[in-house]
Amino acid sequence: MNVIVCLKQVPGTTDVKVDPQTNTLIRQGIENVINPFDTYALEEGVRLKERHGEGKVTAISMGPPQAEAALREAISLGADEAVLLSDKAFAGADTWATAYTLAQAVNKIGQHDIIICGRQTIDGDTGQVGPELAEMLGIPFVAYVSRIEELADGQMRVQRMVEEGHEVIESPLPAVITVVKEINVPRLPSLRGIARSKSAAVAVWTAPEMGVDESRVGLAGSFTKVIKVFFPQRVSQSEIFQGELASQVDCLVGRLKDADLT
Amino acid sequence: MGIEIDLEQCTGCGNCVPVCPFGLLEVVDDKVQLKEGCTLCGACQEACPVDAILIEAAPAVEAASDEHRGVWVFAEQRHGQLKGVAYELLAKGRELANTLQTDLSAVCFGHDVAEISQLVAHGADKVYLVDSPELADNLEDLYTRQFIELIQEHKPEIVIAGATSLGRAFIPRVAAVLKTGLTADCTGLDIDTENRLLRQTRPTFGGNIMATIICQAKRPQMATVRPRVFKKNTPEAGRKGQIIKLDFDRERITSKTRLLDFVRDLTETVKIEEADIIVSGGRGLGKAENFKLLEELASAMGAAVGASRAAVDEGWIPYSHQVGQTGKTVCPKLYIACGISGAVQHLAGMQTSDVIVAINDNPDAPIFEAATYGIVGDLFKVVPMLTEKLKNG
Repeated sequence: MNVIVCLKQVPGTTDVKVDPQTNTLIRQGIENVINPFDTYALEEGVRLKERHGEGKVTAISMGPPQAEAALREAISLGADEAVLLSDKAFAGADTWATAYTLAQAVNKIGQHDIIICGRQTIDGDTGQVGPELAEMLGIPFVAYVSRIEELADGQMRVQRMVEEGHEVIESPLPAVITVVKEINVPRLPSLRGIARSKSAAVAVWTAPEMGVDESRVGLAGSFTKVIKVFFPQRVSQSEIFQGELASQVDCLVGRLKDADLT
Repeated sequence: MGIEIDLEQCTGCGNCVPVCPFGLLEVVDDKVQLKEGCTLCGACQEACPVDAILIEAAPAVEAASDEHRGVWVFAEQRHGQLKGVAYELLAKGRELANTLQTDLSAVCFGHDVAEISQLVAHGADKVYLVDSPELADNLEDLYTRQFIELIQEHKPEIVIAGATSLGRAFIPRVAAVLKTGLTADCTGLDIDTENRLLRQTRPTFGGNIMATIICQAKRPQMATVRPRVFKKNTPEAGRKGQIIKLDFDRERITSKTRLLDFVRDLTETVKIEEADIIVSGGRGLGKAENFKLLEELASAMGAAVGASRAAVDEGWIPYSHQVGQTGKTVCPKLYIACGISGAVQHLAGMQTSDVIVAINDNPDAPIFEAATYGIVGDLFKVVPMLTEKLKNG
């Protein structure tokens, strides 16, 4: 069972606050982490390998040199090998260019049964790289997988979440899936894993080493372009009721009735 | 390609430092330095008073072809019923098509879909309908191939679709094959009339940052939009439009994946994406049983029940109820947040609601800033009082 897990290093957002004076992000004390959804992808990959008793889990990430830390963390959590796709030419990639770059890496890695991604990142939030990657590799895709029921003999049966409930989907392998957090509870790093993450080699592949078409990666290969970035204006016009709770509730009901909302 | 800081010009004023969404700039010895990880978003460039930050644009892009015309909306259905998002997109699509002085078309795949003429009443000039038993279930492989073929044949300049679990899964595949740009989860769409460009604005970073994105050289320009972001138009009975029925070629278009079963989530009696009123609970509820209080209020108001991530993570209520960055985006007429502190991730999913009511015992909870009306108090007292009051009319 050979698994490829795609992950991204993102700024951890648990403490993100907006400075009300400057209307900018307060970034002090924010460390980079593995995109939380990708930790479920990694855990599922490691579990698949353990269940099948053979094979390996390769974690890949495209990013700046410091993203190596995320890959080392992935090794501590059970990844066997890690590859960082890092080159100045990759900077500024949109989802298409990112998926193209990952697809080239997957082809270079070679034999694999399944590719697992998180449902979306918490910084870009698009959820587009997984399906685009599948299409570029020409293999099946299933989004929002909440359970792998069976995976053997070149077939998988999975549950995936939709708005109204869940569907059971069958697909040949290899395939790309994106997973939701319901799929598992990621483990903590083991002592052995931590030791290994310090000594293991993280391969770094550059654009020339991957033989990518440089007009298709990074900003040059991106069809979309950000032309403006701004902070949403949050003007608070709240009416906070005062007085006895009962009269506050009366006030509220009055306002809702006036607006025809009851 | 890349970013350069002209240190001769740089005065070390630091204006650019706080605007970097990724915190990569710092002033060292009166000059700005850039750390690794720049995405070339350009926020710093605008903030620089002396034009010391240069971002080299991508090599001159080929002009988009002129042969693409028309605005397309993917009209999603499930089990033969059109989804609300289809009408919302038609309202926005009509606006875009009018600005561009072009046609608006709806594209619908399914089997025995009810009320197809409603797509015309809501603004479509043409409806491309592919009806086949094979398309009754939302099989993404079939949808992907069929949509690619139609787009290649008819060459629309803009394609928009709902950012539903279906849209988010198959639209990126369409864009990947067509080699064109796709922007996810837009909250604003408008036209740069000078060059017929679609300006796509979307929240990123949990709603803390808004980005406006264009796709200059490729067509169609594609975007997904979350349900309840745009408002439906009132249908115009008797509006003229053409419904074009197309055959589904089951020999040529096949699916690798197979749908074996669909299991409906029974806890969700009112769908939160479609609800006009949502009563939502967070950590302040303390335990699963207390969601009963909210259910009582919800049933008195005909509302759906939502939840913050905290409540879902505690296992008090299933994920399908989660509102926020990693849950659903909702935009009801009324959102009542009970015991929800209002983390940015939650606000990202509900802040465009018409009226927001916050009930929380912590007066400093950020939810009160987003709220239209607030009651600072114990939700275990306030909610039952509210339910009682509304029941008795």
